[in-house]
Formats: sequence, structure tokens, C-alpha cells
Amino acid sequence: MSIAPRKPPLQFALRLKRALGGKTGWNGLAAQIGFAAVLAWIAYEIVANARTNLETQHIASGFGFLNYNAGFDVNQSLIAYNNSDTYWRVFFVGLLNTILVSVIGIVFATVIGFVVALCRLSPNWLLSRIGGIYVEIVRNLPVLFQILFWYLAVLAALPAPRQSISIFGAFFLNNRGLIVPQPVSEPGLYPFLAALAVGIFVALGLRHHARRALFQRGQVIRIWPYLLGCLVGLPLVSMLIFGWPLKFELPQLKGFNFAGGARVIPEFVALTVALSTYTAAFIAEIVRAGVMSVHKGQMEAGSSLGLSRAATLRLIVVPQAMRVIVPPLTSQYLNLTKNSSLAVAIGYPDLVSVFAGTAVSQTGQAIEIIAMTMGVYLLLSLTTSALMSVYGWRINRSMAA
Amino acid sequence: MAREREAITKQNVQWTTLKGLPMKRVSLAVLLAAAAALSVQSASAQTLKTVKDRGQLSCGVSQGLPGFSSPDDKGNWTGIDVDVCRAIAAVVLDDPTKVKFVPLSAKDRFTALQSGEIDVLSRNTTWTVSRDTSLGANFTGVTYYDGQGFMVKKSLKVNSALELNSASVCVQTGTTTEQNLADFFKGNNMKYEVIAFGSIDEAVKAYESGRCDVFTDDASGLYASRLKLANPADHIVLPEIISKEPLGPMVRHGDDQWFDIVKWTLFAMINAEELGITQKNVDTMLKSDKPEMKRVLGTDGNLGEQLGLTKDWVVRIVKAVGNYGENFERNVGAGSPLGIARGVNNLWNKGGIQYAPPIR
Repeated sequence: MSIAPRKPPLQFALRLKRALGGKTGWNGLAAQIGFAAVLAWIAYEIVANARTNLETQHIASGFGFLNYNAGFDVNQSLIAYNNSDTYWRVFFVGLLNTILVSVIGIVFATVIGFVVALCRLSPNWLLSRIGGIYVEIVRNLPVLFQILFWYLAVLAALPAPRQSISIFGAFFLNNRGLIVPQPVSEPGLYPFLAALAVGIFVALGLRHHARRALFQRGQVIRIWPYLLGCLVGLPLVSMLIFGWPLKFELPQLKGFNFAGGARVIPEFVALTVALSTYTAAFIAEIVRAGVMSVHKGQMEAGSSLGLSRAATLRLIVVPQAMRVIVPPLTSQYLNLTKNSSLAVAIGYPDLVSVFAGTAVSQTGQAIEIIAMTMGVYLLLSLTTSALMSVYGWRINRSMAA
Repeated sequence: MAREREAITKQNVQWTTLKGLPMKRVSLAVLLAAAAALSVQSASAQTLKTVKDRGQLSCGVSQGLPGFSSPDDKGNWTGIDVDVCRAIAAVVLDDPTKVKFVPLSAKDRFTALQSGEIDVLSRNTTWTVSRDTSLGANFTGVTYYDGQGFMVKKSLKVNSALELNSASVCVQTGTTTEQNLADFFKGNNMKYEVIAFGSIDEAVKAYESGRCDVFTDDASGLYASRLKLANPADHIVLPEIISKEPLGPMVRHGDDQWFDIVKWTLFAMINAEELGITQKNVDTMLKSDKPEMKRVLGTDGNLGEQLGLTKDWVVRIVKAVGNYGENFERNVGAGSPLGIARGVNNLWNKGGIQYAPPIR
């Protein structure tokens, strides 16, 4: 091999030319500037046109309405909200409800999806058929119908509040949702949480130590008694010293509904179940494709080493499959988040229902509100994408190592 | 919108007929068609001309509220709000059937009017100051004086809305209802849970399945929804009316002539009832020599032409849909399954508050 003399670094102007104009050089650069100018002009025209039209038609515009009193109620809110709060607050209430259903839906969809995929791949005839039937039925029905099915089917089966199904007199199930005892903090809560945190920290350290001992010296250390001591013993000691961390307020039937206790509304349950089972069918296929993409020699190598099927899957096949799985999995997560806007059909108060629905009709400021709502979905999707990219990058890095 | 579509189909027609001609002429035709499509945008101030050119009135109605606007199994629309549309089509196009009904949800209705997709919104819409000022649209009158009420199951043994503490309430989102509800419960120091649905059918279904104790809507809407329930007799509408809901048609801001036409179409229906002009007797009334009757029916003077219509505009309205009273009885009153009493919707001289400025 001959050694070529090292080229001098490009001048700044040349580098700019290459970056912007590519192979066509300055002409290409001029074309790009012209194109950017046209785009900017179109964008300006759209905004200016909308603004003049709104003004000539005397349609209110601007974002001042966000500080006005909203004057309506919402039946599920993660932050304190009542009908004398502002539209800003409504916006955050809706946003948090959307995030809540998306995050929980994503977690369940992933778990169900992986389980179904493993069923489909299983050598067990019955399991693989059940997995196949699940995928073919669930992914071939429109998701809106599935949401309505879960909502109406679940509701129809549940009794009225006065005939609630009682579980130990503490949990109540009826067509208003699942009513559970509400935890109320006691003085012992903070010491308890601190003890738990210390326990978890020490346990993680121990695990790290044990793994190093295993991988570097081949030495097996028995750590589970210590783990038990950290995770259960420490909090127990804190409870003995400081008293109970929580007290549970029991729900009681009063008038039409239960008073006291916390409640999971059926709209939330129906939406989460429908979205996660629906998305899980797609995830199952993605996972199956990912696992199948790993050469079967890997599986054979695992079994010839004496590893069990489960261990081979967990330690050898799935880590390699993840590289193929992650990008389409991201798309499914985004789909789930966006599909959550179907909530309005069953009265779950998500962002589209309370903000792009009730707030639009009360203020009439559709352009601003729809733009904000679209911005939020874009932001949520980009955040999910970014997180998944980081995860994908870490997998690729560990594969390369 | 519709005109744009029409322009585009015209463009397609020109494409096919001009096939084989030199390319230059074809592209010229396309350009002209495109220009026609673009120029429609600026025509929003001449709704009357647009409607006449199109030969059809585009009217925004509900997605199905018996008595106000609902389609039957053959797709024919009926109801008080529908008859307002038909009356406008009768005066403008001389044919009450030339109406395209655009079913709209509560939250989409104003956008459809603002964007020009519909010429008039006749969809049980409550007249409020914020809607009159901030939407770029104007209310033209009141077709029905309504108020918000509550419907509950008889088995709950509730007799008054004041006994609804801690109840779950189903509503349709995108209406004035949610705010009234919040005001009522707050004003009476009662707790409640609201479940807001995208459409009225979903809200009623959830109420029927027991998700809510109460369904709330304008009282007329409650009676209409009750008809759709499996056992209407098991449900009662509570006596309390918690709000004023004057329902009326809306038109876009900035076209005064069109505003006048829609406004006076309704007024003419009310005036016709006051004068005793009905669908049956309108032809004999035309021979009347009472000066007031002659003015209204256009056998004397040119009041209709001043509106941009024809002299016989009131005759056209009454022949098409009848007077206000006939309209009411046929759609929501004794002659309909709803059976709602005239009440405040009776004429001002018969104990109600329906009152129209005179035609003279």
C-alpha cells in the first residue's frame, strides 16, 4: 500500500460550498437559496392571508384566550382543576391525560406484543395458533370499533353503583369504574421512602459487585439474603420506628356514587385496553420479524452450549433481534400516541376532547387551538422518536463492542 | 368549496373534449379553469349570487336530532331547522328541494360556516354574545326558544335537579351545555362528574348503559333523544330549566344582503302565522283586498324586490313549508312524535314570546 500525502484541509468557503451546493457547486447553492426564498414567501403568504381573512370576517384571533376562565369541568385530571381555572390549565389537564394513556398503553402494548410474538414462535402447536389468531383478528379490525367495543361491552357487563361488586369491602367495581382505597400520607411516609431508596441503591451496588465477581473471576456469590435485607428489612425497620407510611381511606356509597377513595374511570380502562391490544398485534409481528431475522445458527449454537431455549432467546437471539425491532417499534409507539385522540368517541378527556373540542367551541379560536394541539402531538412524537433513537444507538454500540 | 369542485369538474370536462387539440389550447383551458377556482375565494360577500349560480343552497344541519333536523330512512331531511333551509331555497331558487344538507357535529359547525362550505347554519345553535361576536358570523333570529334540562331514569326516584348531588352527567361536547352544567352545580354547591362525548348518540348510549345517572341537553333535545331509547317511558325530564337557549340560524359576517334574506325568511313565516296565512289558504288569500295582506303577499308594492328577491317571496315560503305554527306542529308539536307544547314558542299575542317585526 502506498501512502498518499495528506491533503490540506479545505478552506471555509470551499467547505460551505460543498456542504450546501453538493456537487453542483455555486450554482446549486444559488438554486437552494432561491428555493428557500420561495418557501419563506409561501409561508409568509399563508400566515398573512389567514390573518387578513380573520380580521375582515371579525373572527377573534391571538392567544389571549388562554388566560380566560374555562368554565367547564373535566372528569379526570392529574393536576388540581376546577371550572374556574383558565384554558391554559385545561390544556395541561388534557395533555397529561393524553400522556398518561399513551405511556401506560405503550408499556402494555410492548409486554403483550412480546408475549404474543413468543407464542407465535413457540414450537407448541396450540400456543403458536393462538398467537396467530390473536394477531389476525385484532390487527384487522378498525381501532375505533375496538375502543367502542371495549367501552360498551365492559360497561354493559358491569352493575350500577348501588349493586357494586365488592372485593373485601375495599375495592368496588361498577359501571362508574374501579373504586380503590385512596392512600393518604402519614408522618412515617418520608422515612419509609428514604429507607426504600437506600435499600434499592445498596441492592444495585451488590448486584454490580456480584456480576463483576462472576464475569471477571468466575466466582458465584450468594447475595439474595442481603438483597432481601435491604429491600424489605430496611423499610420494615423504618415502619417500626416511625409508624405506618400510609393510611387508606375506604370508599363509601353516598347518594348516587362513592365518596372517598380513588377511582379509575371506565373510559380510561377501555381506551388503554383497546389501544394496547391493538398495537400489540402489530408489535408482535415486528418482534417475530426481528427474531426470525436472526440466523437460526445462533439458536443452534445456544443449544449446543447447553443453554435452555429461554436462556438462548433472552441472552443471544433477542439482543440481536432488537436492532431490527427498534425502528418499526418506534412507529408503533407513535401510532398508539396518535390513536389516543380517538378518546373523544368514548368521552375520555384527552387533549383533543377537552382542548381541541370543548375549548374550540367555547372560544371559536380554531386556528390557534388546532395549531397548539398539532404542535403537542409533534413534540410528543419527536420525543418518543428521540428516546427510541438513543436506545437503538446503545444497542448498536453494544453489538459492535 | 362546492364551486371550486364544480370548477374542477368543468376543467376535467374541458380536458376530455379538448383531447387531440393543440397542446397550447388545452393548457390555456386548464389555466382558465384554475383561475376560476381561485377567484371563488373572494366571492364570499355575494352569497346570494353564489347560491343562484350554483342552483343549490348548502345548509348546515345536525347529524340527526328528531324534530329539528334528521334524515328518514330514504334520506329525506325533516325538522324545524330543515324547513328554514327549504324556505330560503324557495325564496332564492323557487324550489324548496334544491338544498344540500350538510350534517355537522356541534364542534365542527362554525368552522364549516366560516370556511364557506355552507351558506347558512341552521342547526339548533344557541345565540350567545360570544358566538355572535367572535366567530365572524351573525345570528338572524330565533326559530325555537329552548332551555337546558336534565333527563334521569325513573327508577332513581329523583324529582328535582336539586337532588342530583354527586351524580354522573353525560353531555355532548362542543355545546353551551357544559358551561351551564358547571354553573348550575357550582351555584347550588353540588358535586358531579361530567363525561363529555363527541356526538349526541354516543352520549345517549352511555347514559342508557348506566355510565351516567343524568343526561343533559336542551329540553327539546332531551325529548328527541328520549324517543331513541329502548323504553322511553322509563325516563323522565326533570322540571328545572337551567338556562336560556334561543336557537336560531347563522350566516357569515359581512354579507348584509344575505343576512337580511335569511332573517326575513323566518320573520315572514312568523308574520304569516299571525295573519292566518296557511299552506292551504294561501291561494285564496292572494285574492284578498286587505292592504296588509296585499303588501305581505306581494300583490301590492315591491318589498320582496327590495330584499333582492321576488314580489311573491312570502307566497313561496308558505307554499313550500307553511307558516311558523304549521311548521312547529308538524315537526315538534302535537302532530309529531315529540309532542312538545307550544309554550313560550307561541305567538306574542297568544301567550308566547315569538314576535317578528312587521312586513311593511
